Amino acid sequence: MELDPVLLSRIQFAFVVSFHAIFPVFTIGLASYVAVLHGLFYKTGNPAWDRLAAFWVKVFAVVFGMGVVSGIVMAFQFGTNWSNFSQATSNFLGPMLSYEVVTAFFLEAGFLGVLLFGRGKVAEGVHLFAAIMVAVGTFISAFWILSTNSWMQTPAGVEMIDGHFSVTSWGEAMFNASFPYRFAHMALASFLTGGFVVAGVSAWYLLIGRDVEANRKALSMCMWLLLVLAPVQAVVGDAHGLNTLEHQPTKVAAMEANWETQSGVPLLLFAWPDKEAQENHFEIGIPRLASLILTHDLDGEVPGLKEVPVEEQPPVWFVFWSFRAMVGMGMLMIAVAFTGLWLRRGGRLYKSRPFLQTLRLMSVAPFIAVLGGWFVTEAGRAPWLVYGMMTQAEGVTPSLSGWMVLATLIGYVLVYAVVFLTGGYYLTRVVRQGMLAEEPHDDEVETAKRPLSAAHATLEADAGRQFGS
Amino acid sequence: MELINLSAIWALIIGFGVMMYILMDGFDLGVGILYPFAPDEHARDVMMNSVAPIWDGNETWLVLGGAGLLAAFPLVYTILLPALYLGVFLMLAGLIFRGIAFEFRFKSVRNRHWWNRAFCWGSMVATFCQGVVVGAYIEGFEVANNVYVGGPFDWLTPFTVITGLALMAGYALLGATWTILKSEGQVQEWAYRITPRLLGLVLAGFAVISIWTPFVDDFVRERWFGHLTLFWVFPALALLCAAMVWRSVARRREGQPFVATLGLFFFTYLGLVASKWPYLIPPDITLWDAASAPESQLFLLLGVLFVIPVVLGYTAWSYWVFRGKVRGGGYH
Repeated sequence: MELDPVLLSRIQFAFVVSFHAIFPVFTIGLASYVAVLHGLFYKTGNPAWDRLAAFWVKVFAVVFGMGVVSGIVMAFQFGTNWSNFSQATSNFLGPMLSYEVVTAFFLEAGFLGVLLFGRGKVAEGVHLFAAIMVAVGTFISAFWILSTNSWMQTPAGVEMIDGHFSVTSWGEAMFNASFPYRFAHMALASFLTGGFVVAGVSAWYLLIGRDVEANRKALSMCMWLLLVLAPVQAVVGDAHGLNTLEHQPTKVAAMEANWETQSGVPLLLFAWPDKEAQENHFEIGIPRLASLILTHDLDGEVPGLKEVPVEEQPPVWFVFWSFRAMVGMGMLMIAVAFTGLWLRRGGRLYKSRPFLQTLRLMSVAPFIAVLGGWFVTEAGRAPWLVYGMMTQAEGVTPSLSGWMVLATLIGYVLVYAVVFLTGGYYLTRVVRQGMLAEEPHDDEVETAKRPLSAAHATLEADAGRQFGS
Repeated sequence: MELINLSAIWALIIGFGVMMYILMDGFDLGVGILYPFAPDEHARDVMMNSVAPIWDGNETWLVLGGAGLLAAFPLVYTILLPALYLGVFLMLAGLIFRGIAFEFRFKSVRNRHWWNRAFCWGSMVATFCQGVVVGAYIEGFEVANNVYVGGPFDWLTPFTVITGLALMAGYALLGATWTILKSEGQVQEWAYRITPRLLGLVLAGFAVISIWTPFVDDFVRERWFGHLTLFWVFPALALLCAAMVWRSVARRREGQPFVATLGLFFFTYLGLVASKWPYLIPPDITLWDAASAPESQLFLLLGVLFVIPVVLGYTAWSYWVFRGKVRGGGYH
């Protein structure tokens, strides 16, 4: 089989960006949570909030550090594998991506240090201000990235001159049709991610009886938040879907594996979409429901994949199943949030072991949902890189051969495996040693004012003991 | 008119960024290269501690330079990265391994030797690749219709291997003189001992590259041996700096060797820029050819002019906070 540089570059980009995205999506939510904890401590003076803030800022530090490391690669991917795309779109893409870098550096230089290392050294009000600025900064960072991505989905404010995109209106380009929906959807996803991770860890601490007072507060707070956000996310997601239906109907057709443009389309619960045969196998669906969801009318007409030639159809099965993974996780999140509300009667929320165990497991749910959602929106845009204007085959680096991409893909997988395993393992150590009355503290030479230095756990399981407390 | 000015400003900004990167990440990469030669584990602790608080700030300039290139001179970004494809991957892999070694070496007890290796190999590979980039840049790139059309290994030639090794020697020299500045006792004595040897290696590399370059590139030959002799001031000053390194080490000065090495790099860098100006992608593409639309350059310029002073201020502050000698011990 011949190695196709376009397909391999897509896989490589998907791998690198998926791996990277896990971290910011978590840190964006967590940054806001940390800011809220600081705010609560500032306002009430209750030391439980302070203990929570001190613990979660350590987790934030480790995840932020891993996000930075994995993000360096992203800055080069556009040039190494998608040079024609970068060149054609540079007038817009260049400043947008650079502004993200500028924001991140400003944030890191200005406020991250104060947040991570300022405890007890700066006034509590200053510390709170730094926490808020870091939280705001993560959103500004996300703004540049999501605006750029949305522009690739629903391009606006540009014209194509000699194969180059020239910006005619920065406002229209930045605030393009899909941007508000994508930004709202992603911001909520970040909060849900932060919320479910905090809930899961708090649940685990309650299961083993560690700092029950603070962790009850944390869990209760998270469950109220999730009770509101999980259903709101479903509504926002629906609005995002309608926006996609308007601007990228083929993507929606792939999400529903709907081949023919027809009315009264069923919502498929299971199907095996077959692009070669241009039909589904093993369909199980609920009649007319897709029409109802997408057009808010039981007999509404939904565009089908066959509206465009086969070579302009995205990989249908992949989009179809990624979408189901995302929605499935979303449903699960809503169900868990409402179960939490029900268990509040009689304080069973903090005592029901099956529920606390479920929350532990649910920590991974938002990550699956976020990746599923990105798979839908990115793969669903295929074969377009800039929707309707530039294809992936046109955007790829022309000098690439398949084996080069494959070799570096394997390389990135190996490098990231080491980063991820070490970082993930370290994170579990931080959590295991967290929220203790007196946390084990090593005498590490405390000179480095970098994210990971804010966490004090040791890397090996048995090494922590020799430090005592 | 406007286009010319903006592009020139951007060339200055990116040139400044690249220089900051070479000087600052140079010494912390150099410390990594010297790692296997350090006399003992205590020396390694001191060495890593001396750069741990500042290394990631140093790498800021690399990312800032990369992002700035995409925005201001996209052709450089979209021709050089494909041309150096495999080398860029190796450099990134090296930098990542080295980055996590910084974070985890002190947190690890039993497996510290593995992090030592990751730190050293990562530093060596990243430096070698950067040196190769310099060599490939001197040799030029095969471009047609603004797209790289050369092969996957065009960047790996005997000449670029020499520049790669020379940069390893150069960064190691920066690392050694930095160690002199930041350490004391036995560690410092060791750094004093190896500095003259490294300086010898650097000068040898310098000589080979200087003699070789006019042969690989007609343009450079024309520039240096044509009528404009003013350029010779750069290599002359670089050699003067080398002499200062030598003398100050002999007199056991603490700060001078490092400052003189910075000077050596600075004037070599200016010499290289002078060789190629105004070509951003040798042999044919000038900085004006490679520029993006003026509005795009202007749009980003506003943000960058705001953030560079902040980053510089923060950098100066962290160097001030961590000034003075570094001691190694303290942990178990």
